[in-house]
Amino acid sequence: MSKRFVSIFSLLVIASMALAACGGGAAPLECTDAIGCVEVAAGEPIHLAYMLTVSGATATLGDDSLGGIRVALNDRPDVLGHTVELTGEDEGCSAEGGQTAGTKVAADPSVVAIVGTNCSGAAFAALPAISEAGMLMCSSSNTNPGLTDPEGGWLPGYYRTAHNDKFQGRIAAEFAYNELGARTAATIHDGSPYAQALQQVFAETFAALGGTVTFQGAVNVGDTDMRAVLTTVAADTPDILYYPIFEPEGNFITAQAAEVAGMENTILMGADGLLADTFPENSGENVVGMYLSGPYVTGATYDDFLAKWAEVIGGVPPSGFHAFAYDCTNMILDAIESVAQQGSDGTLLIGRQALRDAMTATAGFDGLTGSLTCNEYGDCATGEALAVFQITEAELNGGWPPAAIWTP
Amino acid sequence: MLRRTLSRVSWVDVFLRIFQLVAAVVILIGLYKTFTTARYSSEQWATLAFAGLAQGSIYALIALGYTLVYGILLMINFAHGEIYMTGAFSTVFLAMYFNRIGFLQSSPVLAIIVLILFSAAVSTSIAVLLERIAYRPLRNAPRLIPLITAIGASFALQYTFRGLFGSQFRAYPDIAVLKGTWNILGFDVPLVQPVVFLAAVLLMVALYWFVERTKTGKAMRAVSEDKAVARLMGIDIDRIIVSTFALGGALAGAAGVFNGLFRPQGVFFLMGFFPGIKAFTAAVLGGIGNIPGAMMGGLLLGLIEALGPNLILEGLGIPAANQLKDAIAFLVLVLILIFRPQGIFGERLAEKKA
Repeated sequence: MSKRFVSIFSLLVIASMALAACGGGAAPLECTDAIGCVEVAAGEPIHLAYMLTVSGATATLGDDSLGGIRVALNDRPDVLGHTVELTGEDEGCSAEGGQTAGTKVAADPSVVAIVGTNCSGAAFAALPAISEAGMLMCSSSNTNPGLTDPEGGWLPGYYRTAHNDKFQGRIAAEFAYNELGARTAATIHDGSPYAQALQQVFAETFAALGGTVTFQGAVNVGDTDMRAVLTTVAADTPDILYYPIFEPEGNFITAQAAEVAGMENTILMGADGLLADTFPENSGENVVGMYLSGPYVTGATYDDFLAKWAEVIGGVPPSGFHAFAYDCTNMILDAIESVAQQGSDGTLLIGRQALRDAMTATAGFDGLTGSLTCNEYGDCATGEALAVFQITEAELNGGWPPAAIWTP
Repeated sequence: MLRRTLSRVSWVDVFLRIFQLVAAVVILIGLYKTFTTARYSSEQWATLAFAGLAQGSIYALIALGYTLVYGILLMINFAHGEIYMTGAFSTVFLAMYFNRIGFLQSSPVLAIIVLILFSAAVSTSIAVLLERIAYRPLRNAPRLIPLITAIGASFALQYTFRGLFGSQFRAYPDIAVLKGTWNILGFDVPLVQPVVFLAAVLLMVALYWFVERTKTGKAMRAVSEDKAVARLMGIDIDRIIVSTFALGGALAGAAGVFNGLFRPQGVFFLMGFFPGIKAFTAAVLGGIGNIPGAMMGGLLLGLIEALGPNLILEGLGIPAANQLKDAIAFLVLVLILIFRPQGIFGERLAEKKA
């Protein structure tokens, strides 16, 4: 090798190093994250996805959460100089739907984070793929305790702003025992992880308070005739029947309870799965007087949110989880802002593990649903934003939402 | 001698005999235990029984559609559940409109009759259209082919209606005059149940009269016995087949409104699937192709479904008996087919087809 070639080559090397040091802009961002990074080129949007139940019987839940996300994104049109793009999959409120949605979203490496799912059953099925892909998901309405329990199905990358069933089931039982004076209770679930866990917590708390649980049964999703199970319930004439399920099975139970002898004095109570604007009208007049436990958010910032909803989406939110979806979206965007590396040309590099760490480290986040602090298993809810509602004639005639009559 | 008798008995027969015996014993034990524990009051049994009768009469009306078509074409129209859905689903909007303008509450009888006619008209048109588009071109194809076409037609109808009206659940409005109770044999029964039952029986009697007494009915029976000879006698086969589909469709449409009165909730695009399967079961139970058989099969299935879980399964100590409601319905079908392979009223069919 000639001397001249070596000297030119070393000169070039030195020159390029000097240029790189001075120019700065040409320096490539380097991904040092343990589970990979998402690179967002200049001018490209940051890609968020939703997995919500936006069709079928539970579509009100999905539309409600989706509206919350849209309002949040409308608030923050600019995140580190990028717009945010939202795409989505229907999780169908079922394990199969969650599986499909999770696999599809996980296959798109441009997705930074996911808001969803609505239904706990879908979350259990979607989470493995999402976690494996290094993404994170933040749910606005999953309440099954197992999702944030390492023994029960938790996987890295899972977060939720929704209240764990441990809160809601306890509040419902305390309300039934202390406020309504119920001493015997029966519960019905539909086999979904959400309903099964919620009625179990209810039954355990009710028994611990000193009450008697006379019957814990289930119906099949798709059943239309509930008289058989209601007759079984009626045999013990319980003071209260708690059925934290969904439409339309909840509609059938509510309507048919009026016909079964022995159910005349039994108080009906459901949970947030039935807290939807379609529920009272679809159930008929026996719904009047029924209690529902569910999310409850108040305050001046919430009124602001409702005004923004009316402007961006129109009308009022159809169910109770919009504020939780709004908080999820903002927590994710905050986390992106805190960990993203910015290139001088506007490129963003988001480390996936760093993003998860930033979500887990969320503390004292000032959200609509309270001051949120995540634990190491992604449970960020306070459990404070809950209340018991009572359905009246006004809701039967199309009014929404019902008034909260009791808060813990 | 003994050996010869034994050799004539097949193992299948022995097995079936034992199975029949075991089934009968198990059912009797269940009944006995339920009645001796006396967990439920007679009012509660009455509630279940009357609701079962009302449900059964709806099954029977749908089952008639299966049986009429089978009787003539020897084909199972699996899209019949969807024909029921189209009537029930389109009529829910008319019912909601009638409720909004007050017509439904001010003159309920007239309003319900209009609803039934509308629903029957929708279902009939769909049934006739289906016959023309999906089945007539396949009239001479092997029997499996129209069956598969029927399943395809069923999906097409479901998702057309989903496309038209969305996937949300709707509910028929409450009708004030049907809210009361009626005292039957000392039990307070929700008025709507006997009303639905009687109206359905009326329709079935009318159908029976139509098939037995009118010229078209006579032609139907002739076509069902022998198409070729019926054609030689000057009967327009195509016209008769279309009227059979129309008749089945009208009954299914009426059943859709009865269902809306009896159980207003849960009207959506997949609502026809399960009633369709159940009604088919009822038709087989009664002996498919046989009109009184479909009626009795429907009523029987409704009653078994309503009473079975609490009456038999709970007595046997099976937990979550109510979840096995559908299982009971199909188990009874299996049992009845073992005892009487031709269905309850099956013999007359066998004669007719021989």
